[in-house]
Amino acid sequence: MAINMFKYAAPSTFYGLAGKLIPVFAWPAAILFCIGMYIGFFVAPTDAVQSEAYRIIFIHVPASILSMFLYLIMAGYAALGLIFNTRLSSMMATALAPTGALFAFISLWTGALWGKPMWGAWWVWDARLTSELILLFLYLGFIALQSSIEDPRRADRAGALLAIVGSVNVPIIYFSVKWWNTLHQGSTVKLSGTSMHIAMQQAMFTMFAALWLYAVAITLLRVRSIILERERNTQWVTELVEIKQ
Amino acid sequence: MNWLDFFAMKGYAWYVWGSYGIAILVFIIEIILVMHKRKVTLQQLHLIRDAKIED
Repeated sequence: MAINMFKYAAPSTFYGLAGKLIPVFAWPAAILFCIGMYIGFFVAPTDAVQSEAYRIIFIHVPASILSMFLYLIMAGYAALGLIFNTRLSSMMATALAPTGALFAFISLWTGALWGKPMWGAWWVWDARLTSELILLFLYLGFIALQSSIEDPRRADRAGALLAIVGSVNVPIIYFSVKWWNTLHQGSTVKLSGTSMHIAMQQAMFTMFAALWLYAVAITLLRVRSIILERERNTQWVTELVEIKQ
Repeated sequence: MNWLDFFAMKGYAWYVWGSYGIAILVFIIEIILVMHKRKVTLQQLHLIRDAKIED
């Protein structure tokens, strides 16, 4: 396994592997998304308190969790690239950032559309919402910083520092509902169990799996372009079938 | 339950469909942009290849 890991740490071998893996993630993502939507809208019952508005949860919670999770993965890859000087890890960090930013945006957008009917406000400056907004800015800052530096290796290092320092924000988002008095509700699903209806749980976990698989597929697709761009002067790129033809 | 009632979402239609609509739109735009990026990258590499052949 260790040998395999190192083998695929090289952009030349990972490029081919990523290409094969994309449909493996993309198709289940599409199918699970449809199943999740079906359970979420046709199987899950109407909520006693929030009526039909609660159905936003099936996109809001998975997108929010993933926006935080992808940030940690991105910072982890960026740190690996910084410490071990591995090219591929830095490229993965760069490829993850836009998808993470979009999940943060979806989290805020669906949150606003849920907040308006339930709280009476699109936005409030409470701890959970504000820290999630900062997460979006961190993603955008990472992208802007990297694209403002011409030398890709220097851009990797500068971006990595920002990503690592910014990761302190993720536990703040996660624990904000416990640490401060916020308008945002606490977690409904805990390790100790949940009071959620079984169909609601199924819809949320199915959507979570779908979005996760989607994030992997789209990141692999994006990283393949980044690999080609950065490795364009190498022998293996010029010998690729899609370049030669 | 008929379809009109379903889409009305008991008065929360704008909020519910606004959430899912924008989320799905974001995914579609992202997929188009990333696929376009791949196309452009390949085109650039073809140009580089052709320039080398001419040399």
